[in-house]
Amino acid sequence: MGDWLINHPFWHALLRVVLLVLPVLLFVVPIIWFERRLLGWFQDRLGPNRTGNIQFSRTSRFVPFFLKGKKFHLQGLAQPMADGIKLFLKEDITPSAVDRAIYFIAPAIALFPPFALGATIPWGPFPLITPVADVNIGVLYILAISSLGVYGIVLAGYAGNNKFSLLGGLRSSAQLISYELAMGVSLGCIVMATGSLKPSDMLAYQGGAFWGFKESAIGDILANWNILTPFGAVAALIFFICMIAETNRAPFDLPEAENELVAGYHTEYSSMKFAVFFMGEYASMFVYSAILVTVFFGGWHLLPFRFDYLAAHYPAAGDIWHVLDMLNGNSFLAPIWFILKCAMVITGYIWIRATLPRLRYDQLMSLGWKSLLPLAVSNLIVIAFWIFATDTFGPLVGWATSFLAVLILIGLYRSLNKNAESTQLASRTIELVDPSPRRTVELVEPAQVPSA
Amino acid sequence: MNNLPVSPNLIVVGGIAGLAAVAAVGVVLFNNAIRSAMCLVLNFVLLAVLYFSLNAEMLGITQIAVYTGAIMVLFLFVIMLLNLGAPQLLVEKKDPKRFAAIGFGVVLFGLVGSQLLPAFNGVSTPQALDDFGGPHAIGRTLFSAYAYPFEAVSILLLVGLVGSILLAKRRI
Repeated sequence: MGDWLINHPFWHALLRVVLLVLPVLLFVVPIIWFERRLLGWFQDRLGPNRTGNIQFSRTSRFVPFFLKGKKFHLQGLAQPMADGIKLFLKEDITPSAVDRAIYFIAPAIALFPPFALGATIPWGPFPLITPVADVNIGVLYILAISSLGVYGIVLAGYAGNNKFSLLGGLRSSAQLISYELAMGVSLGCIVMATGSLKPSDMLAYQGGAFWGFKESAIGDILANWNILTPFGAVAALIFFICMIAETNRAPFDLPEAENELVAGYHTEYSSMKFAVFFMGEYASMFVYSAILVTVFFGGWHLLPFRFDYLAAHYPAAGDIWHVLDMLNGNSFLAPIWFILKCAMVITGYIWIRATLPRLRYDQLMSLGWKSLLPLAVSNLIVIAFWIFATDTFGPLVGWATSFLAVLILIGLYRSLNKNAESTQLASRTIELVDPSPRRTVELVEPAQVPSA
Repeated sequence: MNNLPVSPNLIVVGGIAGLAAVAAVGVVLFNNAIRSAMCLVLNFVLLAVLYFSLNAEMLGITQIAVYTGAIMVLFLFVIMLLNLGAPQLLVEKKDPKRFAAIGFGVVLFGLVGSQLLPAFNGVSTPQALDDFGGPHAIGRTLFSAYAYPFEAVSILLLVGLVGSILLAKRRI
């Protein structure tokens, strides 16, 4: 009885889950600070830089001697904490006409996918503690859980009993369903190239020879990160666009478009319940960047070099390669590099938010269905050609074939679109409804008041 | 059934199965259409967890991706657009048909159960073999032995898509 209490796999699983969920939870705060500072920088202002500056008293007896008169500048790092405390202490208003049960459940459901999503993502070379489950269906799991993200928003929009919330919820479900397709196909490209659904196998594949050139100088030194291959770069671009849409970030933040829908699906939420939605959004940003890094950017490795291969095959300088391999991420440094890479992707998120205006609804739909999905599917076709040719004739013929396939696809696209006349949006002019003179305001001079 | 040792794993599986059954009952009992739909979602997710616990990951993830992630979202969509949320619309008067429905339900349960339950008698390892029904096995079977039905089904889906577009859009 006591044996399974201690040695039960449950405890190992619990440790793995805690090591996944705690960082996701903790990184929400620095991400919010990072976004606000960066946005301030992009918009040529300061951003929050005051909160958290501490100056200890020079004379007080309660301050130990080594702190007297010391100043600490946290560069506004305490601002998100101040925001959090504010949100905690605000009055929690529940409107009277809401559907109570669903109104309370919706934030919790919105929080579930970001925390469950990373369960198949390894964040370091430690098979004992990461990932939570290295199952055969890793990528399918990511797609399935990310498709649950729509529930929190749709239910919040419905429960609020508010037209704007409902519209936000409906928009969000249409958006998420549309962009999931392209996201799935772009991940499918990498699944086909790797031949496995496991993220850990994808990492192993990305440690292989560059562009498949085995036994050559370039293949021995450079690793085959998916972002460095042409089709991998296209798939990464599609995945990046789709993950911005899946996390409802600008320029795809139509569910909460402030100037059209007040605040969208969380119009009726206040205080902590709003904070939960907010937290879920930032957590999912972090987790999606982790997925992008793992699938396309070589996971926890710092640079695309195959030091482990060099150490094994060139033993003359084996120690140097070994040390470089450790520095490159095959050691306790792995989580640090991994998080730095995620920070790069999050910077991309924020940069795009600061640069691009929000899309119109029809632009959103046509981007998802008419641009991203055909691009992703043609990418899939190119990869199929590449796999076939590489397996039969070797890497050089493989790349030639895929280049030819790209040319054929471009030619097909052009010949198909030749007949379609280029449609331009009609320029909009403003016409006054009734410019009759009686609508103009007449200025009436005030009567002369005789001065006293 | 009797030779199954009571282990913590069995308790967990039993708990999940019980919750799934409760959720299934909730689908029928709630007057509010949205709550019924949410109970169905919960039921699907718990079923998927059951599949996971039985080593059938592929089946479980398909359950979540197809039913929970796609079909139920469309259901919610329809319920919201038709605004079926008002409970008073759905309250029925007392109806003798109800008893007939209960009777038919019990008979149906007996029929299905009499066929299904004996197969589980004496099962002592409620777990699939390793990689049983995994993505590799399913892919290989689907594109070799069942290639023709697979293509036929895909054409059927395509016809359905084209038909729905034709019905929805008068002028294309």
